[in-house]
Amino acid sequence: MTHMQTLYLMVPLAPLAGAVIAGLFGWMIGRTLSHLVTIAGVAVAFVCSWLIFQDVQAGHVYNGTVYTWMTSGNVRFEVGFLIDSLTAMMMMVVTFVSLMVHVYTIGYMHDDPGYQRFFSYISLFTFSMLMLVMSNNFLQLFFGWEAVGLVSYLLIGFWFTRPTAIYANLKAFLVNRVGDFGFVLGIALVLAHFGTLDYAAVFAQAPAHAGDTINLWKGSPVSLMTAITLLLFIGAMGKSAQFPLHVWLPDSMEGPTPISALIHAATMVTAGIFMVTRMSPLFEMSQTTLSFVMVIGGITALFMGFLGIIQNDIKRVVAYSTLSQLGYMTVALGASAYSVAVFHLMTHAFFKALLFLSAGSVIIGMHHDQDIRHMGGLRKYMPVTWITSLVGSLALIGTPFFSGFYSKDNIIDAVKVAMEHGEPGAGFAYFAVLACVFVTAFYSFRMYFLVFHGKERFHRHHAENSHDEPHAQTHDDHGHGHDAHAHTPHESPLVVTVPLILLAIPSVIIGFLAIQPMLFGHYFDGVITINSTLHPAMQTLAEEFHGATAMALDSVTTLPFWLAVSGVALSWFFYMKRPDIPAAIKNRSGLLYRIMENKYGFDQFNDWFFSGGGRALGRLLWQVGDVRLIDGLAVNGSASLVGRLSMVIRRWQSGYIYHYAFAMIIGVFALLMWFVRT
Amino acid sequence: MLAGYPLLSLTIWVPIIAGMVVLATGSDRNAPLARLLALVGAVAGLAVAWPLWSHFDAGTADMQFVEFSSWIPALNINYHLGVDGISMPLLLLNSFTTVLVVLAGWRVIETKVAQYMAAFLIMSGLINGVFAALDAMLFYVFFEAMLIPLFLVIGIWGGPRRIYAAVKFFLYTLLGSLLMLVALIYLYFQANGSFEILDFHALPLTLPVQILLFMAFFLAFAVKVPMWPVHTWLPDAHVEAPTGGSVILAAITLKIGAYGFLRFNLPITPDASHYLSGFIITLSLVAVVYIGLVALVQSDMKKLIAYSSISHMGFVTLGIFLFNTLGMEGALVQMISHGFVSAAMFLSVGVMYDRLHSRQIADYGGLANRMPVFAALLMLFSMANAGLPGTSGFVGEFMVIMAAVKVNFWYAFLAASTLILGAAYTLWMYKRVVFGAIVHDSVRTMQDLVPREFAFLAVLAVLVLATGVYPRPLTDVMSSSVANLLAHVAQSKLP
Repeated sequence: MTHMQTLYLMVPLAPLAGAVIAGLFGWMIGRTLSHLVTIAGVAVAFVCSWLIFQDVQAGHVYNGTVYTWMTSGNVRFEVGFLIDSLTAMMMMVVTFVSLMVHVYTIGYMHDDPGYQRFFSYISLFTFSMLMLVMSNNFLQLFFGWEAVGLVSYLLIGFWFTRPTAIYANLKAFLVNRVGDFGFVLGIALVLAHFGTLDYAAVFAQAPAHAGDTINLWKGSPVSLMTAITLLLFIGAMGKSAQFPLHVWLPDSMEGPTPISALIHAATMVTAGIFMVTRMSPLFEMSQTTLSFVMVIGGITALFMGFLGIIQNDIKRVVAYSTLSQLGYMTVALGASAYSVAVFHLMTHAFFKALLFLSAGSVIIGMHHDQDIRHMGGLRKYMPVTWITSLVGSLALIGTPFFSGFYSKDNIIDAVKVAMEHGEPGAGFAYFAVLACVFVTAFYSFRMYFLVFHGKERFHRHHAENSHDEPHAQTHDDHGHGHDAHAHTPHESPLVVTVPLILLAIPSVIIGFLAIQPMLFGHYFDGVITINSTLHPAMQTLAEEFHGATAMALDSVTTLPFWLAVSGVALSWFFYMKRPDIPAAIKNRSGLLYRIMENKYGFDQFNDWFFSGGGRALGRLLWQVGDVRLIDGLAVNGSASLVGRLSMVIRRWQSGYIYHYAFAMIIGVFALLMWFVRT
Repeated sequence: MLAGYPLLSLTIWVPIIAGMVVLATGSDRNAPLARLLALVGAVAGLAVAWPLWSHFDAGTADMQFVEFSSWIPALNINYHLGVDGISMPLLLLNSFTTVLVVLAGWRVIETKVAQYMAAFLIMSGLINGVFAALDAMLFYVFFEAMLIPLFLVIGIWGGPRRIYAAVKFFLYTLLGSLLMLVALIYLYFQANGSFEILDFHALPLTLPVQILLFMAFFLAFAVKVPMWPVHTWLPDAHVEAPTGGSVILAAITLKIGAYGFLRFNLPITPDASHYLSGFIITLSLVAVVYIGLVALVQSDMKKLIAYSSISHMGFVTLGIFLFNTLGMEGALVQMISHGFVSAAMFLSVGVMYDRLHSRQIADYGGLANRMPVFAALLMLFSMANAGLPGTSGFVGEFMVIMAAVKVNFWYAFLAASTLILGAAYTLWMYKRVVFGAIVHDSVRTMQDLVPREFAFLAVLAVLVLATGVYPRPLTDVMSSSVANLLAHVAQSKLP
């Protein structure tokens, strides 16, 4: 084994070791040692990732097997690593954000009795996510895919005594399984037609299968590539919470805030984006799929953004913003701007993790009240959280020079090119992402103003403290509305604020630094395949790009910039100057508001149709099929038939000799008749 | 070095003789002795079975560890034993499960202890005989004889409706196997007075005859698997059986049905197997989807797991009748995995039942507060039941879904619905039993696992994970035999 191969192995195994130690022996080694060992594991992974990143930049790509999982016939199923620029970037993002979240957790989960368990889970998550991104084949991808789903399930339900948490985690798992249902069928089609699950081998063969069709229904052939990519994308829709499989993500906020940042914003939910980027050689072969991807992304971006406007729970605002931003990434994928999607994935990972963690800091400061209507004026009490939140919000809305600007503006431009080139669905997607710039700016700064500026509203409301975070059950010094404890917000400890600052730095600068190499340089050469004649977006963007500074300066003359500005201005006017206006709008637009408050009714529909319908069908099959027909009629029916028949026959054995004699006479007579006839 | 030892005979007779010895301890005054002897017997049974795995030659499809001696010369019935890559893992699974069952009944069974333990030991030997027999009549004898101890276990140590369940179980299985006897006798005459299963394999038969024979065998084995619609005995049997009985039922006896398909239906009637494969696949998919939905609405944990077993066995029959390597190996892996997972699930329900004497989901809730170790292990087993990658439950299902797409996309489509249904019924049960706040005061008194319980669940946890992370040893052992069987089935036997 070479030195590099040892490093590759260290990256996932170090967090795994931490997770195992904290999980199995946490009760023995105590809290401090548990967090030290898991943090050390992730730190090792981060350092190794950094070294690997340097090595990949030097041009060393690795594709090799770790071990053979199984062989069947002539197919080998393997566990292996593909270390290229895409993987290296993902490893950096995952390990860095994970490290920040690990440190932050020391502060956030300080009083929780499940401290060791929590550290074990987040390290296990880091391991799973790394296995996902480092995979060189579909099987291991699916392993990681499901493993991150498992840890997400465990963490959403971390506070397992809360009914809402264990409802949310079951929902998350099942909705993800709907996506996986498509995903596994897509993988199965790949194996059936390519005979291998190895990325490199599949991509190499893909062009030869471009024209292949499969017969799903008699006489109506479907393009193989369209079928495969659509099915794979259904998997991405589950994991990356795209409409209509988005329903689980807002509810996942029931989990502790650190995992909302790590799993439900920065890393796991972007697995679908990563996967599609990885599969670009396949997706490029189906315009149908790409158009579908674009439309789904557009719907998610715009309509989930709308919902961000009416949320009052600080975490839910950020959650809907995550959905919306994932929609942006998906739109970029559909426009064949894979590198832009991944670029936005990276910048979003930093600023969204930052926003979530600062929301968590606010929640700590507010003694676990999450309702932004109860906040206001917090900037005086929590200066670090205030500034870092501002940085995150500015990055999110795409302020020039901030990281989010570079990634989001390029998405909008890429879709524009796709639209001008006549790719189906691009027109709608372009409208959606453009309109959403305004929406994003509006809801982001609505939250920002309500939390950090304006009147201090927490004194009035502490009596009806909402306890959205369940620390209340475990240690009673927070909340429960008792007045012994002063309810003045306070700044969070260093273990919380230092990660905020460390995340704020890349949220500002990473876009400026990375745009040239990642989007228009050679960073992704050999990783992402684009058919430039059909999908010219990236080529056109590269021609129009004249450096990061010029791009930022030029942007002040563009529509997105002014949309963002007007969004901020309007939210300032509504929530700082004239708070009576939003209230009036809310009262006037009764139906619209109700539709939005019910999140367009998806939850109700799913509960009624899928959950209720499934149970009703199950009950019908059980009671009618099993109990009444099979058991009632066939099994016990035949048993009772035998019983009843023997009751009848038994009567013939009456015991009277004249009965038997009479029967004999009839019998003899019948026999005689028979012989006489023949 | 092991050439001289009659290993297969040992795996059959060591447990049976141990069972006889345990039986001799008699009344419950000697219960501690009976338990100890039973454990020694079960471990000895596993010890003599172990060399079958460690000294198995995976490179050949021939029968290994063969023993042959005449039994009833007048009818040319022989004591002929041997195993291949298909039967050997099952034999080992059975010997292993017997140890679990003895441990599971250690404290729980307080009346007729010796008889209980003896029944399981004798049954273990008889089931090993089923998997090792190469003479059809010998197979039939073991096949029928193993019903007796199981019938007694359900009928004596079972729940309130145990008599109904035991009789239902007995009649169901007997009905099927009688037709098989007719088929065996027919084949005996066709093969010029031989009961050798391998001779049957070589016999040319016309299609109508093959179809009749297929149906005769099918009835016997479909009841055992059990396939829809002859499955309704299983939930009743599970609900009434004591924990040990449920474990053996789910982990082992269901596999006998699937093993029968592989040993009799496919090689003896290959043309009929192909001819009727659509029919079997349809029944299998009905099992996966229909039974999956039925499992969703069960309020009794044992019933839920019983239905989930039927659904999982649907993957086994589906995989077998796809006639490709991946499918058949997937079916075999699924059989082994289901042995681990269903045993673990039933043992877990047993752990809860021993504390609260209820199998109703509604009587629990919030177990994680009182039994964190148990909750963690049950989470692993539930995830395995839901087919999560990294656990053994994933491997077989994944292989069968992959194999099904090659034959027909819609087969795979319906089979893959288990991804959703399996997760739904398993995790919904887990949620209601383990998560949440404690609502029943009785749950407050529940104690976490004792070392004995932890031991058998932890061993299963390790096996579930090991098989999920590295299933290769299992598929390597099977590959030659599966390839041989598939080659055999691909050749027409029409005269």
